[in-house]
Amino acid sequence: MAKLALAATSGKSCKVLLGLRLLAFSATLSAAIVMGLNKETETFVVGKVGNTPIKATFTAKFDHTPAFVFFVVANAMVSFHNFLMIALQIFGGKMEFTGFRLLSVAILDMLNVTLVSAAANAAAFMAEVGKNGNKHARWDKICDRFATYCDHGAGALIAAFAGVILMLIISAASISRLVQPNKSCSTTASPSVVP
Amino acid sequence: MVKLTKRIGGLVLRLAAFGAALAALIVMVTSRERASFFAVSLEAKYTDMAAFKYFVIANAVVSVYSFLILFLPKESLLWKFVVVLDLVMTMLLTSSLSAALAVAQVGKKGNANAGWLPICGQVPKFCDQITGALIAGFVALVLYVLLLLYSLHSVVDPFLLQKS
Repeated sequence: MAKLALAATSGKSCKVLLGLRLLAFSATLSAAIVMGLNKETETFVVGKVGNTPIKATFTAKFDHTPAFVFFVVANAMVSFHNFLMIALQIFGGKMEFTGFRLLSVAILDMLNVTLVSAAANAAAFMAEVGKNGNKHARWDKICDRFATYCDHGAGALIAAFAGVILMLIISAASISRLVQPNKSCSTTASPSVVP
Repeated sequence: MVKLTKRIGGLVLRLAAFGAALAALIVMVTSRERASFFAVSLEAKYTDMAAFKYFVIANAVVSVYSFLILFLPKESLLWKFVVVLDLVMTMLLTSSLSAALAVAQVGKKGNANAGWLPICGQVPKFCDQITGALIAGFVALVLYVLLLLYSLHSVVDPFLLQKS
């Protein structure tokens, strides 16, 4: 099975592209998962009745903010796209890359680059408002009370930005493969030949 | 003849994208409103939010780039580089638009869980101008996606028609 996979991706640049796609897949998937499971519950004292303090419980979840919901959904979609491309490269060994298939890979890569960059940036600016507040709009910051929530969100953001940079490199590589159509990553030879 | 119409189509697309990005930039920069209530006067400017500043900077970069590429001669070898640059500009446009949209949505609807009140009730004209700028930015984005497909089509041979 491993010999089949190795023979299907011939050429050093194809192995590099496969490695980049694996990295981008793991980065975007981990960003989606970390932000999706981001939740923190804290209890605060909101007042006093006589001598007894009144406590109220507040929860910070990712789906309170639409930008974070978009972040989770978009990162999940991009990681699914990378998963499909990896599967295509490993198992599509005998597929002839006729005209439209290479173009559709390049176009899909470009669309997913824009999608993941939009999601990462929207979440980054919302996180900045949550971290620093906005005194012009009288919005208080929430990171001093929900520190773990903010830390997990920051980790997910870093993974998403790494995914953005990786997707940009992958997309540039896909476009350059359009220019040289002979250097296709899939071989039409039989998979039993191992160099 | 076909090549000439294709080239004119590309130029028209780029001019329209330049116009849309410039319009988004100008509308957002000139949005400013002063509101006073209970002897407290507050002024809403686009520089209050970091996302709007990023939107302005990104659209400025895209406008300048589009304007310069309008004058690139047809025979230049730089057209292959323009495809990647167009992709980078599209990324800039989507990221700035989505960041500004995220913050503007909180400004319009507020965020009840975080205790953030919406501000559009107090500065409605500011909100309307921000909405207009975001719509222009969205138009610029759509035009840039079309431009990206166009540059890909004209530079590369995407359907692999030449049997080399």
